[in-house]
Amino acid sequence: MDELSRILIQALGQLIAPATAAYALAAIGLNLHFGYTGLLNIGQAGFMLMGAYGFAIATIEGAPFWLAFLIAAAAGALLGLILGIPTLKLRGDYLAIVTISAAEIIRFAGRSTLWAEYTGGASGLAGTAYKTTFQALSPLPDGRTAIGPFEYIHNGSDSWWTRIFAWGLVLVAVLLVWLITRSPWGRVLKGIREDEDAVRALGKNVFSYKMQALILGGMAGSLAGMLFVLPISVSPDNMGRTLTFFVWTVMLLGGAATLWGPVLGSMLFFFVYMLVRTGMRSGLADVMPTQNVEYLAGLLVGVALMCIVIFRPQGILGNKKELAFDVR
Amino acid sequence: MRADRPFTSAARRILAAGGAVLAAMTASAAMLAAPAAASTADVATDCTPDGTTACVSPIVLDANNDPLPGIDVTVSGSAFEETITSTDGPVSIKVPEVGAYTLTVDLATVPDGMAPNAQERQVTAQLGSTARGAFRIAPGSAPPASGSTTEPSESATDAGEGADTGEEAEAGGIGADGSTENLSGWPAFSQVWQQFGSGIRFGLLLALASVGLSLIYGTTGISTFSHGEQVTLGALLGFMSINWWGLPVWAAVLVTIVICAATGWFQDVVLWGPLRKRGTPVMQLMIVTIGLSMALQYLIQMFIGGQSRRVLPSNARPVEIAGITLSAASWLSMLVALAVIGVIAWFLTQTRIGRATRAVSDNAALAAATGINPDRIVRIVWTMSTGLAGLSGMLLAISFGSFTWTLGMILLLLMFASVTLGGMGTAFGALAGSMVIGLVVEMSTLIPGMPSSLRYASGLLILILVLLIRPQGLLGRAVRVG
Repeated sequence: MDELSRILIQALGQLIAPATAAYALAAIGLNLHFGYTGLLNIGQAGFMLMGAYGFAIATIEGAPFWLAFLIAAAAGALLGLILGIPTLKLRGDYLAIVTISAAEIIRFAGRSTLWAEYTGGASGLAGTAYKTTFQALSPLPDGRTAIGPFEYIHNGSDSWWTRIFAWGLVLVAVLLVWLITRSPWGRVLKGIREDEDAVRALGKNVFSYKMQALILGGMAGSLAGMLFVLPISVSPDNMGRTLTFFVWTVMLLGGAATLWGPVLGSMLFFFVYMLVRTGMRSGLADVMPTQNVEYLAGLLVGVALMCIVIFRPQGILGNKKELAFDVR
Repeated sequence: MRADRPFTSAARRILAAGGAVLAAMTASAAMLAAPAAASTADVATDCTPDGTTACVSPIVLDANNDPLPGIDVTVSGSAFEETITSTDGPVSIKVPEVGAYTLTVDLATVPDGMAPNAQERQVTAQLGSTARGAFRIAPGSAPPASGSTTEPSESATDAGEGADTGEEAEAGGIGADGSTENLSGWPAFSQVWQQFGSGIRFGLLLALASVGLSLIYGTTGISTFSHGEQVTLGALLGFMSINWWGLPVWAAVLVTIVICAATGWFQDVVLWGPLRKRGTPVMQLMIVTIGLSMALQYLIQMFIGGQSRRVLPSNARPVEIAGITLSAASWLSMLVALAVIGVIAWFLTQTRIGRATRAVSDNAALAAATGINPDRIVRIVWTMSTGLAGLSGMLLAISFGSFTWTLGMILLLLMFASVTLGGMGTAFGALAGSMVIGLVVEMSTLIPGMPSSLRYASGLLILILVLLIRPQGLLGRAVRVG
């Protein structure tokens, strides 16, 4: 019983964890790409890595917090621009191929020695090197507070302040997405998703709209990367292909092309993921080593992603009609 | 030995402890990133490489990767022979001219009951750099695992943070044996020629995998992201059938191909076939392949974890043909790949099913109207492609010495680049594209100052350039692709 409540509290903690917020924000960006515009971006981790490096390096070089924040966003926008120019005029799967490749190459570049002076190479950047400006921003007094089963310190890495900031940013992003997708601009995006040629016939510059969506979603992704590394450290190997795939699972679970889908998806996904992992860890302790439990959990995520797409492509909140589009 | 680069090396993280020594040993630029290494990295106790000096450094380690002092190593080359004794720290020696040198362990100085993993190492000395050759001396008489090393993949993994538990591997596998650091100056012709040979080898093996990717794309419209894992699966099965089940190599190759092809057939029966019938959009199928790729990746990790594995337990035997030194296994792999590619070409152009495959690839509806059953063709294509991917994975793992679970991930990028370069959906385009990508990737390591972990970036660069200039690829028809 004790064991059960410990597992449950640990899983509940995931509902408000900063990493969950980071995934939610990354999924919001991806939703803008995929759900609203129909762009297959399979390299969201690359955008996140750009944001993480942008923020951390800018801070280490002495930039104040908000400047570093802007640099992180600009890094994502720049990547979107670079990847969009060769691909957005072509069939949809070229973007997929280029983004998945670019994300890996960014990771290789981050861990190579060529720029190790800035990126820290394979070992990445320690959290203490870039967290101070963020933590100095905290209005909270030192101490710790318990709300229900959640007890955290006010300031520091794994703190209330990190959670408030991360979820605040997620809420702002949701608000922005709500505003822009109900505008004429947002309707053009959905039009592009459904029938690009029809929108082109109406005299819209499809390339430019796609590019704007790619850049905006990429900025959300890179800010998510910043959120992702704020409580921990910048470690390129933590932000590889698996991260992208998890973001996809999160978005499709909650429901693509919905406002709250990514947020719901992220909270639910990590609640269940933690529950399953800790459950299996104690349940299968005699059968297999801990590391294999992690692999098994990852395998289950992969199977879950396949099942979602096959059996319920609209996710929990979505509308199936909105996801009947195809790559062209 | 130069040729025997293990694909990656993350595996031996434990070794990270010996970071300083290892860093000196691996010579890889990537290594110097490890913080432990940064301070003491360089070899130069008695030889500092500069524009006019070339150094050779033997590295002698014990089973725990600690430096082993008191072992005599002879450095010999054209008109040069010198013996140095290993110490607790790095030692190096100035050599009079660039070129190939042989490091030989004096077995008389090896403690009783211990044996080096190789008695000789070939290194290539260059101006401005230190050529290092590593020996591991461990208890036992038979040569143990390998001298092909490892970079201490220093990874600050926060396992609790959800995503990438265990994703610590590095792609730019560098073997310590004789790998050189390209600090300055353009390479000599012999090196270019050698890398050309490596490039041909890589291209041929890559082609086996990318032809399948291209055929799947052509017949179903899916860019499968799980194809990389299918390649890793081949390497894994090769490893298991030789090392765990004790099969001879030829039988292992057959078993690998059969099992991998069976996975493709099975996928088409339970997954792709029913989804085709349901009329699921290609976009959704591509996301299904992402899920499949993730599931396969973790399945593979359940067998081998994050470690790098050698398919062939014995050490590679270098064979020189036309001035190119590759391991005997590599030459054989190239022969097998060439033969298989020949068979594929014959199959696609001369047999009824092969011609039907190309017809479906061209225009599925028209092919169906002429009496071809596209469903049957697609099933054959899935089976064949996964079988070829498996063969490619196994041969790659054999030629490069070792593999980890990241093998497929890296190859997937290069396969996409090859297929796009050749023209998506054209089988022969994929072949041509693979040769180009293989050559570029291997030869890009010759560029001064290029860390070899970044050599795969050239694939992405080509991909983007092709999309900008000629999106239909080299052999693709000039139709509108967007």
